[in-house]
Amino acid sequence: MAVSGVIMLLYLVAHVIGNLKIFFGPGEFNHYAHWLRTVGEPFMHYEWTLWLVRVVLVVAVVAHAVSAYQLSRRDIRARPTGYVHKKPRASYATRTMRWGGIILGLFIVWHILDLTTGTVHPGGFQPGHPYQNVVDTFSTWYGNVIYLVAMLALGLHVRHGFWSAAQTLGAGSRSRDRLLKTVANLLALVLTAGFIAVPVGVMTGLVS
Amino acid sequence: MKLTLRVWRQQNADADGAMSTYEVDGVSPDMSFLEMLDTLNEELILTGEDPVAFDHDCREGICGACSLVINGDAHGPERTTTCQLHMRSFEDGDTIDVEPWRAAAFPVVKDLVVDRSAFDRIIQAGGYVTAPTGAAPEAHATPVPKPDADFAFEHAECIGCGACVAACPNGAAMLFTSAKVNHLNVLPQGAPERASRVLDMVAQMDEEGFGGCTLAGECATACPKGIPLFSITKMNREFLRAARKGR
Amino acid sequence: MTYSDFATGEPVADTTAPAGPIAERWDTRRFEAKLVNPANRRKHTVIVVGTGLAGGSAGATLAEQGYHVVQFCYQDSPRRAHSIAAQGGINAAKNYRNDGDSVHRLFYDTVKGGDFRARESNVHRLAQVSVEIIDQCVAQGVPFAREYGGLLDTRSFGGVQVSRTFYARGQTGQQLLLGAYQALSRQIAAGNVEMHPRTEMLDLIVVDGRARGIVARDLITGKISSYFADAVVLASGGYGNVFYLSTNAMNSNATAVWRAHRRGAYFANPCFTQIHPTCIPRTGDHQSKLTLMSESLRNDGRIWVPKAKGDTRPANEIPEDERDYYLERIYPSFGNLVPRDIASRAAKNVCDEGRGVGPGGQGVYLDFADAIARMGRKAVEAKYGNLFEMYQRITDEDPYRVPMRIYPAVHYTMGGLWVDYDLQTTVPGLFAIGEANFSDHGANRLGASALMQGLADGYFVLPSTINDYLARNPHQKTVTADHPVVTEVLAETEDRLNLLLAVDGDRTPDSFHREIGELMWEYCGMARTDEGLRKALDRIPQIREEFWQRIKVPGTGEQFNQSLEKANRIVDYLELAELMCLDALHRRESCGGHFREESQTPDGEAARRDEEFSYAAAWEFTGTGAAPTLHKEDLVFEYVHPTQRSYA
Repeated sequence: MAVSGVIMLLYLVAHVIGNLKIFFGPGEFNHYAHWLRTVGEPFMHYEWTLWLVRVVLVVAVVAHAVSAYQLSRRDIRARPTGYVHKKPRASYATRTMRWGGIILGLFIVWHILDLTTGTVHPGGFQPGHPYQNVVDTFSTWYGNVIYLVAMLALGLHVRHGFWSAAQTLGAGSRSRDRLLKTVANLLALVLTAGFIAVPVGVMTGLVS
Repeated sequence: MKLTLRVWRQQNADADGAMSTYEVDGVSPDMSFLEMLDTLNEELILTGEDPVAFDHDCREGICGACSLVINGDAHGPERTTTCQLHMRSFEDGDTIDVEPWRAAAFPVVKDLVVDRSAFDRIIQAGGYVTAPTGAAPEAHATPVPKPDADFAFEHAECIGCGACVAACPNGAAMLFTSAKVNHLNVLPQGAPERASRVLDMVAQMDEEGFGGCTLAGECATACPKGIPLFSITKMNREFLRAARKGR
Repeated sequence: MTYSDFATGEPVADTTAPAGPIAERWDTRRFEAKLVNPANRRKHTVIVVGTGLAGGSAGATLAEQGYHVVQFCYQDSPRRAHSIAAQGGINAAKNYRNDGDSVHRLFYDTVKGGDFRARESNVHRLAQVSVEIIDQCVAQGVPFAREYGGLLDTRSFGGVQVSRTFYARGQTGQQLLLGAYQALSRQIAAGNVEMHPRTEMLDLIVVDGRARGIVARDLITGKISSYFADAVVLASGGYGNVFYLSTNAMNSNATAVWRAHRRGAYFANPCFTQIHPTCIPRTGDHQSKLTLMSESLRNDGRIWVPKAKGDTRPANEIPEDERDYYLERIYPSFGNLVPRDIASRAAKNVCDEGRGVGPGGQGVYLDFADAIARMGRKAVEAKYGNLFEMYQRITDEDPYRVPMRIYPAVHYTMGGLWVDYDLQTTVPGLFAIGEANFSDHGANRLGASALMQGLADGYFVLPSTINDYLARNPHQKTVTADHPVVTEVLAETEDRLNLLLAVDGDRTPDSFHREIGELMWEYCGMARTDEGLRKALDRIPQIREEFWQRIKVPGTGEQFNQSLEKANRIVDYLELAELMCLDALHRRESCGGHFREESQTPDGEAARRDEEFSYAAAWEFTGTGAAPTLHKEDLVFEYVHPTQRSYA
């Protein structure tokens, strides 16, 4: 859970940096997208690196989901009879992690069908022209809504997920706890803000 | 004070249980929660009803026998054991829900009494130092740095009440297990069995059917002895270290 | 013949302690004791009742030696035995402080502290073994308090002038017990100990004059079963709960020792009970138990009451010169650190004078203002933080700002089953260890000595001496459940429980327990008189009779039934209380915790009468309500010569 989460988190950091290139115009953004396919050349063949990353990510997502499923099943089995007196729990963690994770899972599917394969893309999907594709997506209301909801879920997920992964990997301690919590909050904030900047840019006309 | 109690009643492990409602009058704010239940039981006995069964013994917050979930909180609203919870924490006219610890690994014995022998088995799996009587070296032969001794003590304070499991949304026993692992693993006396201890105890914990940890933190909030949440992190570190070394 | 017209039988004597210089007796005994071949040990079964410091350590050690141990506790886990609640510390003659301590001084202090009513050989052994206990516990990972250099810290305790008490904050008992529990757990996992939690011993099985097993009830299913062994060890603790309100755990009880007494084990010095001076005063009739505040608080707290009677001003408004720091005044050299019996009686005296504080005038102040001024709040917090917290939780008062209120409460029972040097009772094969026996504390126990004795008995003494019994008394026949003695004991036990259930009267078990407890506190508590004790002796049989007519126990015997457990324990309290009063009545002297108002010095101190009472009183049971037979064990003091105890 922690290891796969950290892999995805590292990817997300790269992803958000790449995304922000959209504010420098279609040229730079499309060039960046093209570069993603040629990374590692001439050692790697065209798109090999990209596919390698994709494979690692798929493995991470699947591992993350499978362990989440196993953990949830185990947790439910561990308390077959619940409490009569239900309490609004102070910790949002377990619930938001579970539902947030499912939301994120669904989002990833939509996101790939939308902007990678173009299967559910609203406009005419043009491979090799990601700038226009992004603008098309965020020109629809539902595109924006799905994205915004998912990014908020991402923020919450990362906030508990990063800190929690650190604990699972044994990296936390009393003295380091504040630092870890701050980093978790910052990461969550930066990722959410960074990702949301793109649809906001489209909506405000900054990106068109 | 006059109170309405809703108490989980269950004849035995196999019977179905349900909440029953009782009125208790003449409750003094100086009473402990258990003394309030004593009052109820005295009345129940005289009216020919079965008194409410609950575990309790030392009534000074150290034996770990008492184990009630009060209004959804393990040991009730204050950070202490049920026996040290006093009625001044409640208001006249309150309705109070009283339930047993809930976990598959803690089956109900009767009413509010549960079977916590799973904890004993976790300790049996490795929560000790192999030091047969008579084999001990002179106590001052191995100085222990004060911070390590204090750290060990802080974890050794666990009273094994099970509030951590009761409070955990997943019914996990990580805090209990980590408290003992950390107590012994930090001491030079516990070092030779450091790796096998954590691996065996965690394996036993899993076998008992406790839930998995999602670091929700409810355990540390409920712990009457203030075992900190980072105790779990420390155990994870011990676990990874042991797993890497393959014992 | 009435109960108080008891007969005096043959004297009883310890025949197992070797002669010779006292410092060599234990070595000699261990050498002379026969051993059981290690390969044969697993063929021997030993029953251990109780899992406190004594029982837990004994069970673990016997199992390590190779015996098959079958162990019982009424709690849901062996870790919850009431030793866990001991706060202050454990004594050991390590002399780490270089303050003049030695085995001999610990021996001397304990004999003197016990007001010369303990057996010298046993006490000396205790002092010798104390040193090994600390080593053993440290090896187990008990997190004792340490100094910055990494070495063990010690503090001083009541009744002594050296610093020999090892501690783990205010939870020493907990830490030592968990050490023993963990050692026991290791043996349970190894299959050497068969542990029966939530199982209560209800009777002893004696076949051909030897203890061969017990009858016990599974508290969950209610099933009553017999268990057999080659020897039975009782480590079931004290009987302070006779008083209803005490610092004992709610379920601590006297049934194991009392049933053993009924089966032939002599009960020694039952009236020697310890009233602990620093407990939180009671708040009302609802009170179910009393909470101790560790005696270690007397190291830094100062005890006082107002000089004037009926002074109702809040403590902070009473000026310094209107306060009476009475312990410092009466006992200048020991001050607030006088032994427990003396501190308790002094508190009672000032309260009787009308100078007590708090509700009902049943309390004295334990003031930390000076300590906080001297050491700073932080240091006080580090030393006593958990105790202060506990006090505040119970009383809703902040001891950092207002002085604590304390009052004496029943805490420990020095009396118990009579045992010889080998810790064997008068029933061959029946051993008693820890608080369950009478051996080491005489008429008053010093602070931090109970943990020492429990662990000494369990880790070191019993495992050495029980070998001798098992080696010398090989059993030819195994006892089985169809043995006529066994079926009879089983039937008696079942009948008793059925009778309790059948009465269906109109009074709860607790109401009887409270009644007998109040009677005992009134007449057999901190101060006893001939008249009062006779009153109690008249009243107890009446309560007993009323009990069997009016007790109401709901439910059945075949279920988890806490009312039945309670009622059955009260049956035994109602007999034990009578013996305690008789013992107190017959001992027409004051000594240690036993204060007879008729026997005091001109300045109100306890006056011993050695010429008449320098003996341990071992009582033989002859029937419920029938006068018991007294057997005296003469106490010979070769090394510590009895003097009037002086702490002034």
